[in-house]
Amino acid sequence: MRYTEICIIGGGPAGLTAALKAAGLGAEVTLVDRNDYLGGQLIKQTHRFFGSKQQRASERGINIARELSAAVLNNDKIKVLTEATVLGYYEDGVVAVEQHDKFIKIKPQKLIVATGGAEKTLAFPNNDLPGIYGAGAVQTLVNVNGVKPGKKVLMVGAGNIGVIVSYQLIQAGVEVAAIIEAAPTIGAYWVHASKVVRAGVPIYTSHTIKRAWGDQELEGATVVKLDENWQPIAGTEIDFDVDVICLSVGLSPLTELLWQAGCKMAYVPELCGHVPLRNENLETSIPGIYVAGDVGGIEEASAAMMEGALAGLNAAKSLGYHAPDFAEQRAGVLKELEGLRSGPVGEKIRSGLAKVVL
Amino acid sequence: MRIKEHPILKFEHGKKVKFYYNGTELEGYEGETIAAALHAAGIRTMRESIHLHRPRGLFCNIGNCSSCLMVVDGMPNVRVCVEKLREGMRVETQRGKGELK
Repeated sequence: MRYTEICIIGGGPAGLTAALKAAGLGAEVTLVDRNDYLGGQLIKQTHRFFGSKQQRASERGINIARELSAAVLNNDKIKVLTEATVLGYYEDGVVAVEQHDKFIKIKPQKLIVATGGAEKTLAFPNNDLPGIYGAGAVQTLVNVNGVKPGKKVLMVGAGNIGVIVSYQLIQAGVEVAAIIEAAPTIGAYWVHASKVVRAGVPIYTSHTIKRAWGDQELEGATVVKLDENWQPIAGTEIDFDVDVICLSVGLSPLTELLWQAGCKMAYVPELCGHVPLRNENLETSIPGIYVAGDVGGIEEASAAMMEGALAGLNAAKSLGYHAPDFAEQRAGVLKELEGLRSGPVGEKIRSGLAKVVL
Repeated sequence: MRIKEHPILKFEHGKKVKFYYNGTELEGYEGETIAAALHAAGIRTMRESIHLHRPRGLFCNIGNCSSCLMVVDGMPNVRVCVEKLREGMRVETQRGKGELK
């Protein structure tokens, strides 16, 4: 059995920030991640972030990942286990981990779950053909692996991920035939959307995918226009001969460990699935188990980092660690989160979060 | 197909290695994922679905979804999107649930 003060599951933006903040107060941290690198999905985000300076605006995700990972790896208070998959959480508070074919048990005093989210799929005939990917999968293939998914892409979903990945495909030399979006409006920030439109990619709003076709692999797809009740309009079909479809239709929180721990959960559509109830300190209904980032509701990396900071600070504080500027640090993080969630863009997340307060 | 030029990124690779896909010799880079090496060679089908035997490829590419399970060096159910390529690896299309020998 390994003992640690705070165990953090997930080394993405939320987990890394949580580790740095908790260690900054003096707590001893064990960070566990299943990959052989830290940074989570930041490592494929080549675009510049929005937001405030504290949220690292105008920096590229890949550089944020590099900086946060280096800071964590150079921190004596943080022990990092990579290529380590958390298998389960036991009722006596033991975290079971597999690393290099070995079974490890970790008993933390506090646990921060920062496991992130998983891409959703979409139901249509032949949606399982090779060549149909999650948009994030293709982003990994292009920006991390340096390999093209195919020749010509149909992007489904005009939210930020769909539009940003479309642009990154063009940067990698892959043709994007079109972006389609079932909603009547584009969900992405205009600055991203106008970039792809300028690059010559049409965006079809109120359109969905009717079916894909192909013998052994994807060869094309039929798209159809939707009326105001989201019903397909006969005769409006458009065929695209594409060998790649990217589905950018949202993510869902990866909450298995929280269910296992017995945390009170709620289905909140605005947060994209079942999420844990939590208090202002991001502590769940099980004392000592905190959440940060997409596992608590799908948002963006900037919000994940701020939630990580909050969970890290609060978990360390609950162990008796303190800093003269603790109140200031915490208030600063809360203010950043409020800013990120303000205005019409944050309306969905605000109404979702209102439903999960403990 | 590999990306040759990129305005932001520079791709660093390990040394070139040979591996086998259903018996056919292919080349890839040591340390990249098996799925990346297969895609670079234009191969996007990884397994058959269990009941209807439909071809399946990558879906999430980060080790979540199990769409890309293949038989690697005789071991079934390997997620090739996160398993790293090594010299001489034998990678095969997985049919059925796979058995541990």
